[in-house]
Amino acid sequence: MTAFGIRIPAGLSLVVWAVVWEIAGRLGSSLVLPPFSEVIAAGIKLIPSEKFAEAASITLHAFFVGMAWAVAVGIPVGVLMARSKAAGRILGVWVNIFVSAPISALVPILMAVIGIGQSTVIVTVFLFAVFIIILDTQVGVQHVGRSLEEMARSFGASRAQLYGKVLLLAALPEMLAGIRLAVIRGVKGVVIGQLLVSIIGVGELFELYSRNFLMAEFWALVLMVFAFAFLMSEAVAWLERRVEYYAAAR
Amino acid sequence: MTARVVTTAGERYRPQDVIAAVRGIGKTYPGGVEALRDVHLAFPRGQLTTLLGPSGCGKTTLLKIVAGLLRPDMGEVEVNGRVVDGPGPERAFVFQDFALLPWANVLRNVAFGLELRGVARAAREETARKYIAAVGLAGFEKSYPHQLSGGMRQRVGLARALAVNADILMMDEPFSAVDEQTRRKFQEDLLELLKVERKTVIFVTHSIEEAVYLSDRIVLLSRRPGRVSRIVAPKISRDGSPDDIRRDRGYLDAVDEIWAILKQYLMEPGA
Repeated sequence: MTAFGIRIPAGLSLVVWAVVWEIAGRLGSSLVLPPFSEVIAAGIKLIPSEKFAEAASITLHAFFVGMAWAVAVGIPVGVLMARSKAAGRILGVWVNIFVSAPISALVPILMAVIGIGQSTVIVTVFLFAVFIIILDTQVGVQHVGRSLEEMARSFGASRAQLYGKVLLLAALPEMLAGIRLAVIRGVKGVVIGQLLVSIIGVGELFELYSRNFLMAEFWALVLMVFAFAFLMSEAVAWLERRVEYYAAAR
Repeated sequence: MTARVVTTAGERYRPQDVIAAVRGIGKTYPGGVEALRDVHLAFPRGQLTTLLGPSGCGKTTLLKIVAGLLRPDMGEVEVNGRVVDGPGPERAFVFQDFALLPWANVLRNVAFGLELRGVARAAREETARKYIAAVGLAGFEKSYPHQLSGGMRQRVGLARALAVNADILMMDEPFSAVDEQTRRKFQEDLLELLKVERKTVIFVTHSIEEAVYLSDRIVLLSRRPGRVSRIVAPKISRDGSPDDIRRDRGYLDAVDEIWAILKQYLMEPGA
């Protein structure tokens, strides 16, 4: 990016944004917006605290367990839908409904069925993440060139070899794209789940801070959740770039 | 047990000279397009037979049926005297679009057929290196398909098919995706290779010149539904250089003869 012939680093907009926040906070324009420096200070104080460590570990646990289930279920179902016309037709309707549905609306029902606790949050993460993985895996496997499959068959590939050595690897770029979107949805899922359950993890902290009007701590937590979602998505994007060199050559 | 394999074109072969045969093959695609009707054909051992015909005549369909990749609606395929129902280790396929694994380097691609058969890594890579050198790609073992030109990619596809040591090499328009100069060089190299490798080749092309240059026998298929209309065996002295062959009387006559036949199909109504 350049302005007036001077190269501006992309990170600068974040700095500008922080400065504007600081000024707005110091002017006291709004009670819910403390100055940025206060938020950072609150964040630095928050991170080593036991309460934060506990909330973070519960939250990460729910996120990673939910995501692991979403990947473990989403990829086989996506492959099944791509390879079996019947499965594609029967499941496709449901997957397409749920991938666009506001899953948050289901969380109260989950709470009623599963109970108010960690399991509900894990299931919420799972439901937020799984459908996009199914869809992208299905598309990926469907788009594997027919000749690649014929090649494997003509050289005597068994069913397991056809999937393990050809189809899944060929669909990897789409699967990773699905997982990256699922990670972003999964972070939403864990936060929304915990907010609604509201007695555990980061959700509990959010509830605590907003009820007691600890806005600096509240914003510090928001920024950390944003940063976590961004870092997770970037980590998968990095994996995607590593496999991209051959994806372009298909 | 018949003593002779007789094809629709009236050829007669002793059974032991025939490595593969199709009998009464018919294929209609879903949607009602009839690609092949009642095709009888024998492939003599050690010869290069080309299936040639106008586009849409079912020549690739026929090749894939012999390869076991497509199931015919009627008729049967016999390889080495046994009726087959699917791909087998005695047949190896070279694909029009190369069908290389984009995430695997040349060495692994060429060794892939052996990998699927469970050949140990050291053994299969040794074989692969031999055939990589044979097709003129020595030094490119660690390259990836997207780093190679179209012609080089097809050489990888050919090396992969040779590496499994099949009796029959099936080539589906292998040079159609490469440019004219590369194609000529490739044709010449293929003939050189076949002198050493002693394979039966079933070749599909829509190029008359390519068919005549390469083939011992050319099977002309009629327009859809494809049937065997004629079999031409060019009488070419193959002792000379590639350029001598392309100037050979037999070569030129065969090209003219085939063009005269194919022209009739083009002038039929609906062409």
